[in-house]
This record gives sequence, C-alpha cells and structure tokens, in this order.
Amino acid sequence: MADMTGKDTILSVEHLSMIFGGLIAVNDLSFQAHRGEITALIGPNGAGKTTVFNCITGFYKPTQGMMKLTRKTGEEFLLERLPDFKVNREAKVARTFQNLRLFSGLTLLENLLVAQHNALNKASYYTIGGLFGLSHYKTHAAEAKDKARFWLDRIGLLARADDPAGDLPYGAQRRLEIARAMCTGPELLCLDEPAAGLNPRESDELNKLLLAIRDDHNMAILLIEHDMSVVMGISDHVVVLDYGKKISDGTPNHVKNDPAVIRAYLGVEDVEEELNALAAEPAAKAAAAAAPALKSELPKLATEFKRERVNIPPPPVLTLPDEVPAVAAKTKAVAEPARVAATVAAKKAVARPVKTPAKKTTKTAAKKTAKKKGGRA
Amino acid sequence: MTAQSQTQAPSQGNLFQNAIRDAIYAGIVVFGLFILLIGFKTDQNIKNELILVQRWGLLFSMVAAAMALRFVTTAFIQPALAARKAAKAAAKPAEKHGWLRDNFAKLALIFLVIYPFLMLALTGVNGSLKWVDNFGIQILIYVMLAWGLNIVVGLAGLLDLGYVAFYAVGAYAYALLSSYFGLSFWILLPLAGILAAFWGVILGFPVLRLRGDYLAIVTLAFGEIIRLVLINWTAVTKGTFGVSGIAKATLFGFVEFNAKPDGFAATFGLQMSTVWYKIFLYYLILALCLLTAYVTIRLRRLPIGRAWEALREDEIACRSLGINTTTTKLTAFAIGAMFGGFAGAFFAVRQGFVSPESFVFLESAVILAIVVLGGMGSLGGIAIAAIAMIGGTELLRQMDFMKVIFGPDFTPELYRMLIFGLAMVVVMLYKPRGFVGTREPSDFMHAERKAISGEFTKEGHG
Ligand SMILES: Nc1ncnc2c1ncn2[C@@H]1O[C@H](COP(=O)(O)OP(=O)(O)O)[C@@H](O)[C@H]1O
Ligand SMILES: [Mg+2]
Repeated sequence: MADMTGKDTILSVEHLSMIFGGLIAVNDLSFQAHRGEITALIGPNGAGKTTVFNCITGFYKPTQGMMKLTRKTGEEFLLERLPDFKVNREAKVARTFQNLRLFSGLTLLENLLVAQHNALNKASYYTIGGLFGLSHYKTHAAEAKDKARFWLDRIGLLARADDPAGDLPYGAQRRLEIARAMCTGPELLCLDEPAAGLNPRESDELNKLLLAIRDDHNMAILLIEHDMSVVMGISDHVVVLDYGKKISDGTPNHVKNDPAVIRAYLGVEDVEEELNALAAEPAAKAAAAAAPALKSELPKLATEFKRERVNIPPPPVLTLPDEVPAVAAKTKAVAEPARVAATVAAKKAVARPVKTPAKKTTKTAAKKTAKKKGGRA
Repeated sequence: MTAQSQTQAPSQGNLFQNAIRDAIYAGIVVFGLFILLIGFKTDQNIKNELILVQRWGLLFSMVAAAMALRFVTTAFIQPALAARKAAKAAAKPAEKHGWLRDNFAKLALIFLVIYPFLMLALTGVNGSLKWVDNFGIQILIYVMLAWGLNIVVGLAGLLDLGYVAFYAVGAYAYALLSSYFGLSFWILLPLAGILAAFWGVILGFPVLRLRGDYLAIVTLAFGEIIRLVLINWTAVTKGTFGVSGIAKATLFGFVEFNAKPDGFAATFGLQMSTVWYKIFLYYLILALCLLTAYVTIRLRRLPIGRAWEALREDEIACRSLGINTTTTKLTAFAIGAMFGGFAGAFFAVRQGFVSPESFVFLESAVILAIVVLGGMGSLGGIAIAAIAMIGGTELLRQMDFMKVIFGPDFTPELYRMLIFGLAMVVVMLYKPRGFVGTREPSDFMHAERKAISGEFTKEGHG
C-alpha cells in the first residue's frame, strides 16, 4: 500500500471526466489522497469540485476514468462500479453535503444511530432477531449508543442529544453531519465545504475537529473548501481545479505561490487584497515573502486577465464530443451564433462569479456582486 | 366581527347585543346563499314536466341553525377561547400533564377489552349487536388499515393511494381459498397477509424510482388494476356478483359459531344469538390491531424502522450512509401491505361476502385521510381519527331524528363527506400536522423523555 514516497495511498483518481450534456464539469482529473492526510480540493464556484465528490461517492457515474480505493485490509474497490450505498457500506467512504442533509426531524442521537444502520441491522438478524428482543441485538444497540455518545461529546452536543437536528444552529448542524459520517466507520471522509456559513469561532472549532479526526483515527480526509484560512491552515495537500481541469497539485505553500492558481482562482483584480489577507494569517507567513514579487507582476497580469474575461463565453461548452480544447471553443463561439444560442441555457447553469469568495471584505463583496450581474455570469 | 369580541372585557349586555347582531348577519348571508341552492328545487312530476318545488322548511331550518351557531360562537365560544388563551399565557409553561394523559394508552386498552361486555350489560343481548358490530368492529378495521398504511406513508414517507388493493388481496385470498379449497380461517389469515405482502413487493419494484406525485398516481392505478381484475376475471372471482357464503371463523378450530347442538351458544349454555360471534370477531380484530401496534412500535426502535424514518427525511443522505434504500422501501411496502392483507381476510370473514365494490378508491382515500388527520406516524392520533371518521359515519347513519326535522327523504349519511371535508379543513387549519403533531423519538440519550415537535419532521417526498 505504501508507495515509493512512503505515503499510504487510499484513493487514487485517474483520468476522471464527467460530462453533462455538452458541459465538461470534470476534465481528465488525476490525483491521490493518502491516509492520515487532509487533501483539500479547491477551485472557484462551478469548478467541478462537488461533481468530483459525487463521482467518488457513487452518486454520479463518471463518463470516463477510474477511482481506486484501497482499504486498510488491502481490499481494492473501483468506486465507479459500485452503487452509491455500497461505496459507503463496502468501500467505507463517507461524505457530507454542501447543502446540509441532516435528518432534521430526527433527534441528534437518532441521526447517529441511522448512520450505524448496517452494523445494527446485521446484529438484529435483519429485523427478525430484534423483533423478538434477542440479547445479541441489545448489546450491539448499546454499543451503537455509546459510539453516538462518544461522537456527540466530541462535537460538544451531548447535552442536546434528544433534540431534533433541525433545531440546531448552523455551525452545530455542520459538526453533526461530520459526526454522522464518522459513525459509519469510514476510512475516507469526504467533506463538501464544511466551513461554509460558519463564523470565525465555529470555523476554528471545525479545524480542531478535523485535525483531531485525522490524527486520532489516521483518517484520510478529502475536503472541499472555500475558506482559505481552513485550506491553508489544516490541509497537507491541495488540489486546485478550474473549469474541471486540475491546474495545480502540491503542498499548500506550493499551491499558494503557483501563478496559475493566483490567476485562475484568486482573480487578478483582487490579488493584492488576497495577499494582504493571507499575510495576516499565521499559516500564510511564508507566502507573504513571495508577495512583493507577485505584486510587481500585477498590472500586466491584471490587464491580460481583464481582456480575457470580457468576451469569453463562460464555460468550455461543447456540442461535439471531439471539440475538446477549451481555447478553441472560446474563439469559435463568437463566430457561431447557432452554437452560442445552444449554450445559453448551459451558461445559466454554470454561472460562476469571477472570483471565489475567500476572505471577503465588504468592499470586495460588493464589487463582486456587481461583477456577477454585469459580467460573465 | 371577531375584532369586536376581542375588545377587552366587553360587558355582558354588550356581548349579547353583538351576538344577536352577528346572528342576524349570518342569517341574512345564509338565506341569500341558500335560497336558490336549497329553497328551490327543480323536479319532474308524473307527466315529466319540470316543476319547481319550494322547500321553505328546510331553508329556514338551515338559516336558524346558522343563526344559532353564530350566536353561540360570539356569545360563548369566543369569550371562552379568549379566556383560555389568557389563562394559558398566564400559567407557567410547566409541562406536567395529568395522570389521565400519561396513562391514556392503558386506559384505552382496558376500555377496549371490556367494551363488548359493557355494551352487553347496558343494552342487552340484541341491543348490543349494533354497538359491537357497527361501531366496535367497523372502527377497529379502519384503525388496523390506517396503522398499516401509516407504516408506508407516516414512517417511510411513501405516498400510497392504492392501499385498498392489499385489503382486497387479503379479502379475496380468504374468500377464494376457503371456498375452493375449504381451508380454515386460521391457516388463511397468515396466508392472506403473506400474499398481500408479496403484492406489496410486486408493486414496490416498479415504483422504487418514483417519488411524490408520480408515486401517488402509480399506486392509485395499481389499486384500480386490482379492482378491475377482480371485476373481469369472472371465472375465478365471479365478477361484480362477488363471492358469497364465505365460511365463518371457528373458535381456533374447536367450536363453531352456529345454532347446532355443538355450536358455541349451546356448548356454553348461552342464549342463541349472533352477538357471540360478533363479540368473538371483535376480540379477533382487537388482537390484530394490537399486533399491528406492537410490531409498529417495535420496528420503529429497530434499525429498519429508523431507516424508514430517515428515508422519509432524506433519501440521498440515507444512501450516503450506506443504507440500501431499495430494500428499505420494499420492506415498508411489504409490511404495510401485510397488515392490509390481515385486515382484508378479517373483512371477508366478518361480512361472509366480498365484492369489488368494497375496494373502491374512496376506501383508500378514507384510510389515507385517517392517517393524515391523526398525525402521520402517531398511532394514538390515528386511532382517534378513525373513531371520529368511521364512528362519525355510523352516528350519522343512526340519526333518524334528522328526518323529522328535514323531511323524510333526508339521508344524513349522504352528507358525511361534506361534513368530513369541512372537519378536515378545520383540523388542518388549527392542527396542520394532525391530532398528534409531535413525534416520539425512537431512543433517548438522557433520562428525560420528551416528545419532539413535528415542526422539523418532513412528510416525505417519495
Ligand atoms: N447533475 C448535473 N447536471 C448538469 N450539470 C451539472 C450537474 N451537476 C453539476 N453540474 C455542472 O457542473 C459544473 C460543476 O459544478 P459543481 O461540481 O457543483 O461545482 P463546485 O462544487 O466546484 O462549485 C457546474 O457548471 C454545474 O452547473
Ligand atoms: Mg460545490
């Protein structure tokens, strides 16, 4: 399992592509995730991050590519061949959702018990034993409850165990969803924007929780994140996506200083602010050193970028399968009205802000809204 | 008008003045509304001529009823409600309900067990027949059906509009297998349940991928298909004539309920009457209901029951947690259908006659209405709703005195759907989640056991 680099690879994604109609949401993506590491998947809105998660967890069948998962036992699974529920049950991949999917009418305890369904169902001899109250089931049920208690304690919600999940504040719901995923006994934990909508204190608590999960359980965590402080602060390995393509892959420091990332991900107009924001953070101290060099490049980059951003039809939308290169699509689109019309609908679905909302100040937020309205989106 | 009644502490005289004025307004409105609808009726006379019948009596009794109702509402009910609201607001929200409420289930069970003998004592051997059969058995059949449907709709959140199909499968399974092969009720009862469960799975497969409205429509069609098969497969089912002369149940195969010397009444030295058989049937359906309740309560605390409720809340989340939603849905369909099948077999043995007419869509709708009215997922609420709806129908049927008021061709039970519709609208306005809107969690971490508000509970979308 441990490869030459000494890392214990749990998931290896190779040449993954996902095409919706004419839209290439994920384009030939390859990366690896390792046990005991937090791998962050970042990129602007609509870059295809959630789509990658949906492919890994079996909710989408990828158009192309292979996703190999190796369990601790040495068993290997090709995730693209498993139905969604088996990805969790057999390959031990658990996930959370970008838009929370808690069982809001069930209590916290029940949420965590439902997560242990498979183990419990087996212990109840597929209901029949449980119906007659066999002691075998009772001991397992007690264990499941202990596990739930452990996780509720860990996320600081033990006192509210008997309240409905929908009654919790947002930050607590996020933590509960992570705890629920952990209760399935996963080896790979996929978190889709767990820090979205959290205040700084909650976000900090979340970081601690994730680091603790990684260290205590030697867990591999795959993390989609927009909040740069989370990404830079806790991830061991970052993969950057833009328009479905991988544009960078490496340590947080490497990625942060990668010009391609700065251009595509941070959005050039705001690079200065971003860099200031990053410099303010302890984790980004190193980046600050590289900042002056970047700043000198700014004006040039900015003009280039702006020009590019003016008349590009947003996504690389293709109608013909062989029309792959995105650049070709960009130039052709202007000349071919019929095709432009055909892509209008797709554009709406793909509408993406120019820049990702990382560490916004009110000023930039306002600027972005304006851009979204008038610009490419 | 309500604004007036809300003014702080109106003096008594003022209140009655208001009430009388409101009553007069209501009377005028009702008169204007109903003069054409009820006051005049076009009819044909013997010579096939169109004639206008004037029904002033009926019209004015309606107007009088509306006026009286309005008067009572303004003069008594509204002040009482306001006073209660004020008292509630003043009282500390100490959530300590009385002893009666805590032991409601036990008391209800004791009452149900002694009910036939209570009626026997109160109304005599022949008088009790109506109370045991028309009220007791009839209501309990619907309680059982609604509890069965509750598994599918209330717990798993799968909207099934064709539940009566399983009731039909159970009924015909008993009717046909007993008349063709002479099998006894005690063998056929479980068999009817199994057959219905089997059909539940058959229905489940094609609808697994459907949700919401689509699911509702396909299940509705399934119910109709079963009924049409029963009508048209005349060689086996005798079509619309139905199957008659279905064998009675025996006392567990030992004693038969008949007038022979070795029959039940003779054996136990009782007065010859059909009431003994009815009482036996009453206890049989009571036992079946308790079985349904027991299984539902147990299942809710088992992984499968929790998976049903989770499925109702969010199917995608279920799949992400490794739950096989296909088998989970199928078990819900199968177990719900099984109880429908038991109830069907019981129905056949009670009537001694089955025909497709008993299994029309209206039955499905009534059962679903009971589940919704009672509060999805709540056994107690559903039982109360069944008593209100089915008992209410029976009560209307018994109301002969209405004929005296409204004329001899007034049949009160024809108005039952009108009344139920109105009642449902009112209940849904004031208790949108049914009589019992709270949900009892399946397990607790802490000692204090409290029901949770239904506010967050989803109705299911599949
Ligand atoms: N089921 C789908 N059908 C069609 N297009 C989709 C679907 N899911 C995602 N997409 C498109 O794929 C692109 C990537 O989306 P997504 O993975 O959600 O982005 P991200 O999570 O990075 O913000 C978007 O353009 C989105 O509109
Ligand atoms: Mg996303």
